[in-house]
Amino acid sequence: MEHKITTQKVNFKVFRFNADEDYLPYYENYDMEVTSEEVVLDILNRIKWDHDGSFSYRRSCRHGICGACAIKVNGRSTLACKESMNDMVDLFGSELVIEPLSIKRAVKDMIIDKGDFWEKHDAIHPFLISDVEEHPEHEHIVTPEEAEELNEADLCIQCGACHYACPVVEINEDYFGPAAFAKAYRFEADVRDDAHKERLEELHAEKQGVWDCVKCFECAEVCPKDVNPIEKITKLHNMLFTEGVATSNVATRHAVGFKHSIEKRGVLDEGGLVLYSEGPSIVKHIPVAFKMFKKGKIAMPWNIPTSDNLDEIQKLIKSSSTAKF
Amino acid sequence: MEKLKYALFTGCTAKQSTPEQMMSTMAVAKKLGIELVELTEASCCGASHLQDYDDFLSLVLNARNIAYAEKHGLTMVTICNTCQLNTAMTKHRLDENPELKAKVNEKLKEVGLEYKGTSDITHFLYAIIDDIGLEKIKEMVVTPLSQFNIAPFYGCHNIRPSELQNKTHKTAESAYRPTSLDDLIIACGGQNVDYEEKNKCCGFHVELQAPHTAAVLTGNAIAGAMDGNADWMVTPCPLCHLKLDTQTHHASEAIGRDVELPVLHMQQMVGLALGCSPEELGLQHHLAEVDFI
Repeated sequence: MEHKITTQKVNFKVFRFNADEDYLPYYENYDMEVTSEEVVLDILNRIKWDHDGSFSYRRSCRHGICGACAIKVNGRSTLACKESMNDMVDLFGSELVIEPLSIKRAVKDMIIDKGDFWEKHDAIHPFLISDVEEHPEHEHIVTPEEAEELNEADLCIQCGACHYACPVVEINEDYFGPAAFAKAYRFEADVRDDAHKERLEELHAEKQGVWDCVKCFECAEVCPKDVNPIEKITKLHNMLFTEGVATSNVATRHAVGFKHSIEKRGVLDEGGLVLYSEGPSIVKHIPVAFKMFKKGKIAMPWNIPTSDNLDEIQKLIKSSSTAKF
Repeated sequence: MEKLKYALFTGCTAKQSTPEQMMSTMAVAKKLGIELVELTEASCCGASHLQDYDDFLSLVLNARNIAYAEKHGLTMVTICNTCQLNTAMTKHRLDENPELKAKVNEKLKEVGLEYKGTSDITHFLYAIIDDIGLEKIKEMVVTPLSQFNIAPFYGCHNIRPSELQNKTHKTAESAYRPTSLDDLIIACGGQNVDYEEKNKCCGFHVELQAPHTAAVLTGNAIAGAMDGNADWMVTPCPLCHLKLDTQTHHASEAIGRDVELPVLHMQQMVGLALGCSPEELGLQHHLAEVDFI
């Protein structure tokens, strides 16, 4: 089959910074002919080899396994060795901005201090906790179905693409982030793991914020290995309930409140849901609620609609519920 | 052309905290000659929160909603990004997994319903773009919005995960450089504002749990639009609207800068361009005054 290689001119605006020497970062321009065969890592190599030997970035395997070369192109986290230049030009045009995963953590050019990533990764106990007999009589059989449960999460290469694409990580420095939670799920879903409940209890602690995910799906979008971290966070939420670890807080009451509200009317009772979730703390919402009321944005209890055939909904809630709180 | 007809899943906010969204949806549908059959039997989609508690139950309830659209033999149209996500995600998961579909149908059978997978699910924004077309909208504009810089705010759940979203509508959309709402602004005669936050999160889903995170995200979004010299913002999602319109006080406090812009629903923008009256579109129901009409 004939495969035609095309070339095109691309302008690269490349983030440059040396924490030891520079007061502020700056951007260097490089104009290059780029072939349709190249990946982003080829461009980083060419900058270093053809233009400036001091240009610094992490790379190792070149095969999407080691997770070292994640950077940002036009703000999008990407694994440089996997990302085709053609796709980048199709997406963003012929002017591309090359930046490290996190500018505020930049050490030298594309190299960042990933300390926060590793601290959070380590804090979830990312290993199997199990009493293994010294002389076991037989293997510990894991069925294909059981292995399937953790398979996707096990593919994580710790590149940090999702962690530094997560808007919550940028705002709340205690937040564990999508990679650490996905890794926690990987061990939570492992039938051989004995620390199941203990790890869940730690995850449920307020500070790390397993409930603080904003549900933006940025992590799922950028992951080069299709780990789908947000889905794993949702599964951790489910586990917290099914394992009886969840305690009453505003997030758990909010999740459970949806069920009660739907059971009552089918359609949500928005005010009732906030009251159920917040409890007495609802008073803090009164100033905004009052403004909304004045603009006709708060429905009175007698004006909140009820779904037709509500009995069906109630019957289904009774027969299909799988969690208790 | 045959008259376009859809099953409308209104979601919960259109009937409570964003009445103007319901008003403008009906007004615009009338102008465009679209017939909407409201799914009055539908329940809440769970808004990704019921999904945190009881995944299977949320699948059953969403499958029930879709089953009603199927009974009408119509494509389901949503007017909320989060309704779109949860409904389309349910359809995707059931269509891909016959075993799960059978389990869900076992439950639906108890109430005499069945999920078949015969109805498509699309957001009103994409129904307009895919089925009516931007050219047609351009032709129908009677009041071009030419004096306005309009900042599009896409809302996460219409553009991510892109793999799912691009199954639900025909016009390909990139999660990183979405164009649908920009194109619609231009079709309405307005000037689209390009700014970094247009495809970012508004923070709605953690407003109760993590108010500071939520407020910073809201503040950044409005600030980005203001720095892009926007006169107002437009969004296809009522949850983004609520966050951007009603939480400006907290947002300003969180980012240390006064931020506020009128935030219109996508339907209100189209309605204005098509000659609907401000009252018809419910522009009086906004907290950030819509004072430019």
